[in-house]
Amino acid sequence: MAGRDERPGNTGSRGSRLLGCVALASLVVLGVLAFFLTGPDVRLHPTTGEEFGQFDAVRMLYLHVPMAVLMYASFMLCAAASVGVLVKRTPWWDVMAHSTAEVGTVLCGLVLVTGSIWGRPVWNTWWEWGDVRLMTTLVLFLLFAGYLALRRTTTDPRRQERKAAVVALVAVLDIPLVNRSVAWWENRTLHQRSTLEELKIQDLTLFTLMFGFLTFGLVVWWLTLQRFRVGWLERAAIDHAVGSAIAERRSETSADELDAAIGVTDEQAGEASP
Amino acid sequence: MSEVRRFLADARMVAARDLRIEFRSRVVVGQVVPFALLVLVLFGFALDADHRTLRTFASGLFWVAVLLSALLAVHRSAALEQSDGTMDALRMSGLPPAALFIGKATAVFVQLVLLEVVLLGGLLVLYGVQVVDPALLVVAGLLAGVAVAAAGTLYGALASGLGVRETLLPILLLPVLAPVLIGATRAFDDALGAVAVDGWAWTGLLAVAALIATVVGALAHGVLIED
Repeated sequence: MAGRDERPGNTGSRGSRLLGCVALASLVVLGVLAFFLTGPDVRLHPTTGEEFGQFDAVRMLYLHVPMAVLMYASFMLCAAASVGVLVKRTPWWDVMAHSTAEVGTVLCGLVLVTGSIWGRPVWNTWWEWGDVRLMTTLVLFLLFAGYLALRRTTTDPRRQERKAAVVALVAVLDIPLVNRSVAWWENRTLHQRSTLEELKIQDLTLFTLMFGFLTFGLVVWWLTLQRFRVGWLERAAIDHAVGSAIAERRSETSADELDAAIGVTDEQAGEASP
Repeated sequence: MSEVRRFLADARMVAARDLRIEFRSRVVVGQVVPFALLVLVLFGFALDADHRTLRTFASGLFWVAVLLSALLAVHRSAALEQSDGTMDALRMSGLPPAALFIGKATAVFVQLVLLEVVLLGGLLVLYGVQVVDPALLVVAGLLAGVAVAAAGTLYGALASGLGVRETLLPILLLPVLAPVLIGATRAFDDALGAVAVDGWAWTGLLAVAALIATVVGALAHGVLIED
């Protein structure tokens, strides 16, 4: 990778450091926009004139919605990379699948936590068992927790890369359920069909939401990049360990013994050397 | 046509082998079924042996007991291939992996049906439930059995060969079976007259789950036993 620091164990490059700084700055700006500059969601009832809406809780959606969308993206990338593992069988796809799955699982956990915090004031409950999208998202989280557990079962990732790919491809079957659940089981969910339709979003609110997508896009990009490089270094470390073990074993044996072991006769050895 | 017939013959051979081993070793009958009944009894203790509570939650408790016991049955099914290099021999035998999968899943399915029948007897006797819609009960029980057997065989093959199979199998398999648990419980709620829901609608979900688990399992089994 061009521009990568050559010090062992370092995953930073000039580009990724810049990306990291921009992502961090964007997070700060997003925080200021979401929690200070935008207003609370207050609407007036057309007939009674009473105030209703999500009030300050709506601020959580500037984090929750982009994270949910990026979670889908990460898991879809994981699925694509898993297909790559099954078809191509190269380490690049496997490290990619592992990285995106890990980032996606973290996002999924954060989506559940931010959703729960948002749900407390708006739905008046931390957790709603009857909500089908909540259930399918929780199942998605557990499926990928299982995937990560499988990946941790051995120190050599090559031993179960194809098994992991199958687990990931089964797990992503849940994504259409999560995404479409709100439309398919309308009376079994408290989730709105689409936040954009529901809130009549405009101006600064819309900008903040879009900025949220951009920010989390950068954060996920940076995280995946770093995780990929760590995974790649892990592979390199295993290969290095195997290579040095072979070299060590060879150095214990004299050249003649080695030739004899692999069936090379003295004449052949003589012909081979000038 | 002869290919299909040969495929089915292969699958039947594998299923007959697994069932013959079970018939001779009696692991499922002697250990898994008593375990399932024990779970039912424990639920009774935990819920303070209140008949009305038990009847209300009977279908959920039934399916949790089935899933926990299915883990043991699947574990046993996968363990059969681990001893004496059986899996290596099967790989060398030229049996299509899909036929091997269908055969093993069928054997697990037969054992699950037996388990469900015994557990249902437990529900009738211990929890005092009444069957309102027997047809729905049978259809939902069979469809959920197919889904659990197929998904279980897939994940059993996946977790086998790993040193941590016992702990890994539940966390991989149970989330996948969550929709089956929900669908089967709702269908049984209706069949046992516990809750007014349309149980037949939920059998649709069970049918889709059974189909997906069988197709994915048959397609992926080759990849899993190769490693």
